[in-house]
Amino acid sequence: MTLPTKAVLQQLEQIQKQASEELEKVNDSKELQLWKARYLGRKSKLTRILRSLATLPLEERRKAGVRGNEVKNILESSLAEREKILEEARIASSLEYKKLDVTLPGQPLSVGRLHPITQTLDEVCDIFKGMGFQVVEGPDVEWDYYNFEALNIPQEHPARDMFATLWVDVEVGGGKARLLRTHTSPAQIRVMEEKQPPIRVIVPGRCYRYEATDATHESMFYQVEGLAIDKNITMADLKGTLFEFCRCLFGEERKVRFRCDYFPFVEPGAEVAIECLACHGAGCRVCGYTGWVEILGAGMVHPDVLRRGDIDPEVYSGFAFGMGVERMPMLRYGIDDIRLFYGNDLRFLKQF
Amino acid sequence: MKISLKWLDEYIDLKLAPQELAERLTMAGIEVKAVNIMGGWENMVVGEVLAVNPHPNADRLKLATVSLSGQQLTVVCGAPNIAVGQKVPFAHVGAQLIDGHTGEVVRLESAKIRGILSEGMVCSEKELGISESHEGIMVLPSEAPIGMPLSEYLGDTIFDLEVTPNRPDCLCVIGIAREVAALTGQEVRLPKSDYEEEEQSIDALVSVNIASPDLCPRYCASLITGVTISSSPVWLQRRLKSYGMRPINNVVDITNYVMLEHGQPLHAFDYHKLKGQKIIVRRAEKGEVMTTLDEVERALDEDVLVIADEEKPVAIAGIMGGLESEVTDETTAILLESANFTRATIRRGARRFQLNSEASLRFEKGLSRELPLVALKRATRLFQELANGKVVKGVVDAYPGRPEPEGILVSAEEVKRLAGLEAGIDEIVRVLTSLGFECSQNVIASEAKQSPQISVTAPYWRSDISCAADLVEEVVRIIGYDKIPTTMLSATLPEQEPSPRLKLRERIRKIMVGLGFQEVLTYSLTSLEKLQKLSLIPLTPPLEKGDLEGFEPLKVANPMTKEQEYLRPNLRAGLLATLANNQKVESGSIRLFEIGKVFLPRGNELPQEKEMLCALLSGAKSDLSWRGEKGELDFFDAKGVAESLLRGLRIAAEFKPGSDQNLSPAESAEIITDGDRIGVLGILHPRVAQAFELSGTVCLIEIDLERLLTRSIGEKKYTPIYRFPAVSRDIALVVDEQTSYRQVESIIRSFPLVTEVTLFDLYTGEQIPQGKKSFAIRIVYQSPEHTLTDDEVNEIQQKMLDRLNQGLGASLRS
Ligand SMILES: [Zn+2]
Repeated sequence: MTLPTKAVLQQLEQIQKQASEELEKVNDSKELQLWKARYLGRKSKLTRILRSLATLPLEERRKAGVRGNEVKNILESSLAEREKILEEARIASSLEYKKLDVTLPGQPLSVGRLHPITQTLDEVCDIFKGMGFQVVEGPDVEWDYYNFEALNIPQEHPARDMFATLWVDVEVGGGKARLLRTHTSPAQIRVMEEKQPPIRVIVPGRCYRYEATDATHESMFYQVEGLAIDKNITMADLKGTLFEFCRCLFGEERKVRFRCDYFPFVEPGAEVAIECLACHGAGCRVCGYTGWVEILGAGMVHPDVLRRGDIDPEVYSGFAFGMGVERMPMLRYGIDDIRLFYGNDLRFLKQF
Repeated sequence: MKISLKWLDEYIDLKLAPQELAERLTMAGIEVKAVNIMGGWENMVVGEVLAVNPHPNADRLKLATVSLSGQQLTVVCGAPNIAVGQKVPFAHVGAQLIDGHTGEVVRLESAKIRGILSEGMVCSEKELGISESHEGIMVLPSEAPIGMPLSEYLGDTIFDLEVTPNRPDCLCVIGIAREVAALTGQEVRLPKSDYEEEEQSIDALVSVNIASPDLCPRYCASLITGVTISSSPVWLQRRLKSYGMRPINNVVDITNYVMLEHGQPLHAFDYHKLKGQKIIVRRAEKGEVMTTLDEVERALDEDVLVIADEEKPVAIAGIMGGLESEVTDETTAILLESANFTRATIRRGARRFQLNSEASLRFEKGLSRELPLVALKRATRLFQELANGKVVKGVVDAYPGRPEPEGILVSAEEVKRLAGLEAGIDEIVRVLTSLGFECSQNVIASEAKQSPQISVTAPYWRSDISCAADLVEEVVRIIGYDKIPTTMLSATLPEQEPSPRLKLRERIRKIMVGLGFQEVLTYSLTSLEKLQKLSLIPLTPPLEKGDLEGFEPLKVANPMTKEQEYLRPNLRAGLLATLANNQKVESGSIRLFEIGKVFLPRGNELPQEKEMLCALLSGAKSDLSWRGEKGELDFFDAKGVAESLLRGLRIAAEFKPGSDQNLSPAESAEIITDGDRIGVLGILHPRVAQAFELSGTVCLIEIDLERLLTRSIGEKKYTPIYRFPAVSRDIALVVDEQTSYRQVESIIRSFPLVTEVTLFDLYTGEQIPQGKKSFAIRIVYQSPEHTLTDDEVNEIQQKMLDRLNQGLGASLRS
């Protein structure tokens, strides 16, 4: 059945009128979508009429078609207009909306942190990496040979008193006893056994001592060992390297002292101290009233130690240093008890 | 070691202020840990006690008349030891004193004591702040000049020195004087050590035989007769006290004095108590016993070096004398021993008998073999001077294997090569000579070395010098470490080798921190008690030592405490204990992790040190918030963490039901990669939680880093991003309760164009049949080549549903 043209035109008039009236009442985008489907959608009356025009005679089809497209255009532009109005209204109303209490806490998310010792180790290692040192590691449980004998500390050597040792095997001769390394220095020998000069490594790691714990002593602690071997390495290089390290870690202003000291596996030996951060050198409890705090031991690798690493001391020379790690955050943050580090109280750890 | 600058001043003129001297010594290797100034006593002078009369009104008080220069004052004094003729420290009214009872600083006022006006005070050492002694007044040497201000007479500066183990020569006043001399370019004045000798020769009266020259390289002795035992002079007593030693009698005090002066321990025997006029230095025989000076009977054997007479041991060499041959008030003749024992001998002995003395402490460091004779002569002189001794002619000197001193070659070039310091050969010679080294410049430049070498011989007291590097240190420390320039390493940069282990550890740390976990570091040593808590075998009765899951963790032979006795075989024990501690103070959610080594025994070899990650979650899902609780933790919180971590490491893993006995059997899983178990996760077994006194649900994740290391993790590969739009479809599948999500997912993923599969709901309940469950799954389809049409997707999905139905009996939920 085909509608006469007149009826079609009437319907179009009606659709336009009805659509326009309804559009006036549309107040949100959801309604607008419904309106759009109703009057302009694939299944809308208008679409159906426009499709059905094909059955009209040509003359009428043209007439009704022109009007039909007019209506469609009108409705589409009304829609766009209404959309714009609604969008404006939405923005306006969102600006009028009651203000948030922005001081309310946000959604709590768990915050993780690295242990202060890890943070310090990272910092120390980064400084030396920048100077061309590579990080290597060694075992915590060591042979007497690596921990002592190869480092010029044979049995009954007085320097053994400097290292109260936790033994796995009761002390036996020939370097055959196992022990918990008392320092990271055994890595010196291990590195020399594996690498040929030029060598430039740092060795961070845990060390252990047979020691009653108190505010300044722990049975376990971290050290960072350093070793550089090549032709023409001198104590001036050692001094320069360590002063640069202190500058990076403790700042330009901090005074640094480089003095003679003794460790059996270096010769000449040295100690580096920095001006006490607590009293700025005036002397206080932290620094034992000396104004200085020792932070590391160092020296030129002893020729006997080089020989044990199969390196000719006539051709090569090198320096080594070893530093305690806990002391650095203690000094920088004024931590007064070393036991806090491995007590792992979150109230402590969360401060870093 | 404490050292009095006044004493030091006897051997060398101290031209530097104490603080400056302390700094110079410290820089040169002898650390001055503290500088204590004794003195600053105002209104105090040396007085002489002229008369002591009873106090008319008090039995225990006395009236002392004290003479000062041109003045006599009367004071009330309660000290029992005050006597006429004594020189004493006298405090005028107005002086600052330390109250002997309260320890506080007080100002002395004139006061009537029991009706008598006291016009000052005679002081004890404690009141002067010299020591804790307050039993009586301090008595000054008789030569103290009356009226001299006390600070001038008694004032002193005490250095507290840290002498390194290589420098036993510095454990004495002369040793420090030598250091000061080298640092300031002065000469040391050595004390007198000459004496008069009797006609009779010592050889007829004493014979010495060293039977164990490997343990005792040298033994010297002198014989002094006609000795009067008494207390030693006050000046000598004060010297000992300044070091912290208690005076005993003139004989003991002289041996101690010479030890502090020269660094050589000496021992005095009562000559008449030695049988057969013989000294034999030998190993003890098994079964021998001896009572030492401390009245303890000691069982001896071949490991102990003794000094024996003809019959039996009379002293443990270098450690302690025997009671029987001890010098007593009746002693008239003394055999004075000055010997060298090897450091190992004394170290072993001191440890065995737990006797650490000033003597053993020095011997242990390895003393010079040339020192005994020098010290013997000095002490012998003092016996003559201070104990009226008559010295028998000559000394015994048994020295079987005297080594020839060897020259060490050194050059300016070597100093430069090691120290980086330019020093001329003349300066090197000057410095070494100032330290007592002998330098011969006759050596001509060798072919290999450019600069001329000198041959250097160390002085007898320096037993620590053995190579050129030692000499370089001597030169540099005297010139000054502050003169060493600072340079940066300039040589070739060594090849950098990749370190996957460090990289992996660092990445895991970063991810875990990003996931909100706090890193902890727990002790490598743990207790049997903690490890036993991880065992699900009933905890009582306690397990036999070491019976832990069939293997024994590595044990420390000399643990400091039971808490730190075993090398941890896992990270769990320490981490769970840490969690328990923190639960006591932290109520919210706790997330901890540790990356560290565990130690797995390998017979007599070093243990395997395996790196592990362990993480714990406890408490609420998230912290308390006004936006509402999110409820209790469960297995999937832990799994989410494990998945995020592995995704972050770009490791594909699957999860299978686990059987770790520390985890709940129902809610635990193994993490599998390429068929290899890389870790576990799950809810902590309630019995373990109970044993560690943990509250609430605790989730544990553990990953073996060694196994991760063997995979090629972190391999990055680029695939182009699809340009064409994705189509997403949601389906609800009903499957049997036993069907795992993994089974469903792997079928879905096996179809082409499926790019994402996400489970967004899991339902069991009324709306579906019993024994079934429903998965709501979002599937995303995407083609790299074109925009997908509905028909294409429908076709794939239909095939998928058919397969799910055939394989798993799954149907679409209606
Ligand atoms: Zn300070």
